[in-house]
Amino acid sequence: MTLWAKLRPYGMVAPAILVFSLFFIYPIFYMIYLSMFDWNFVSPTKAFVGLQNFQDLLSEEDFRKVLTNTSIYTILTVTLTTGLALLLALWLNKRNIFHGFVQGAIFSPHIISLVSISLLWSWLMDPEYGLLNWVIGLVGFGKLQWLSHPSTALVSLVMVAVWKGVGYNALVFIAGLQSIPADIYEAASLDRSKPWTTFTKLILPMLSPTIFFLVIINMIGSFQVFETIAIMTQGGPINSTNTLVYYIYENGFRFFKIGYASAAGVILLIIVGILTIVYFKLLSNRVHYR
Amino acid sequence: MLKSVNDTISGVPIGAAAKNDRVFVRSKRQALRRTLRAILQVVNYAGLLGLVLVFAMPFGWMLSTSLKTLPETMIFPPEWIPHNFVWQNFADAWNTGPFLSYFVNSVVIAVGILVLQMLTCIPAAYAFARYKFKGSGFLFGIVMVTLMIPGQLIFLPVYLELSAFKLLNTHLGLILPFASSAFGIFLLRQAFKQISEELLEAARLDQAAEWKIILQIMVPMVKPVLVTFALFSFIAHWNDYFWPLVMTTNETARTLPLGIAKIREVEGVATWNILMAGNLILVAPILAVFFLSQRQIIKAFVYNGVK
Repeated sequence: MTLWAKLRPYGMVAPAILVFSLFFIYPIFYMIYLSMFDWNFVSPTKAFVGLQNFQDLLSEEDFRKVLTNTSIYTILTVTLTTGLALLLALWLNKRNIFHGFVQGAIFSPHIISLVSISLLWSWLMDPEYGLLNWVIGLVGFGKLQWLSHPSTALVSLVMVAVWKGVGYNALVFIAGLQSIPADIYEAASLDRSKPWTTFTKLILPMLSPTIFFLVIINMIGSFQVFETIAIMTQGGPINSTNTLVYYIYENGFRFFKIGYASAAGVILLIIVGILTIVYFKLLSNRVHYR
Repeated sequence: MLKSVNDTISGVPIGAAAKNDRVFVRSKRQALRRTLRAILQVVNYAGLLGLVLVFAMPFGWMLSTSLKTLPETMIFPPEWIPHNFVWQNFADAWNTGPFLSYFVNSVVIAVGILVLQMLTCIPAAYAFARYKFKGSGFLFGIVMVTLMIPGQLIFLPVYLELSAFKLLNTHLGLILPFASSAFGIFLLRQAFKQISEELLEAARLDQAAEWKIILQIMVPMVKPVLVTFALFSFIAHWNDYFWPLVMTTNETARTLPLGIAKIREVEGVATWNILMAGNLILVAPILAVFFLSQRQIIKAFVYNGVK
């Protein structure tokens, strides 16, 4: 092998690896470094404070509220999106033009910018003139405050996230359902097993890799929710929708507490890291494989 | 009656007299089953229609609002088709900011990212799929970490980095962090791996140069995956709000999504007709492309979920 042939693979991966190292791997370490300093972005010197930022964060009322909000938002969004998507997939899993059209319709919000989705739903959820209040009025409900009241704002954001994500999730489930070999279904129907048994004993185990995949990517996505919050609620009313990435953004870019924001970023990194590891562990151990 | 039904089920014949009865019951049962199936069919299609409404109505409402006068947006019960179409709303939305510049920036950035990603991902994916080399495991580990940990997490250090390079508020600053894509490398690597070795051997026997083999034989074979990835990348970056928001402090490099979000600050919160008009400017191209190539796009986005 010539020297050139030996070097070729390195030359081919170098540009990509360079980009990842510069804008991904290095920033992770830089963020961990910054999290141990007190710095306001303008001052020429950074003061080393050790783990003080983490201590301050964890003892701060607001940050605990932020963690609670993020958790509630994530749990609700993930369960509703994945659960509803599975039901929709079982319902829509047919190959004909009409079902194809419905699949396209429920998928469409997935490719729309979150800016558009946020503005559109802010209008639909307007307490005075919103279409949503008119619709629930038709069924006899009173007007809701949606995003303008602390008790409904977070749930309203969950609604928007589910509306945006459920179609994509359902189509991934449908792809999963269609990859189950037909003879397995035939065997089940020959055994005259009840639909419910077929579902719990056969379809669900076969779908478990898909379910894990969706739960994890939905979780990682929900943990870093930002756009809807920045546009629809700005974290309010009274901090009821303030979540991790928005909190980091505000602390870094509005209050210029770089070290403090970095510490919050490190906490988010740990959460996402744990989720990713759990995903791969579960994938390699428990998930059913054909 | 009930007895005969049981008989039919168990399938035990009880003499000739019962036979006629059974045939009658069977046809009646079939009729019942048919009606039941018809009712289910109606419920099914009504449900599907309801489902489509839940997803289409908000977009319809956006279109409707964008053509109304401000007082018309407050009328209830709502008018779905406004009396006069107020096209002025679109002009008003367009004039709230430097929209031509937003539009150009959006195109330059999304296309720039796409081109660079192709240039960096294809060779890297090929090398990971086809060559054995020392350290490839470690290097691919870097790709996997990048794939798994979301970029939204490290915007603060990246901001400081770009600011040190004097790249804030430039197209380059918004393009470079995405000049390669871990997802793209992952997808393309799978595709390159599936190409059979025999094909390569034949080309090698012809003494063809390695780069010629790659460009003229291998890359054309993964074209469907390239198209899939290109669609995915373009839509993701066309829609992106977070990075342009965080990495710009003035209008020079800002993109359409930021311009649309800013209409609210310029026009005030309650001018929903103008806001929806602006929103439509952002949504319409994507929805149009979606209707034209729905199959491809759905494949592009669902692909990573199945593999």
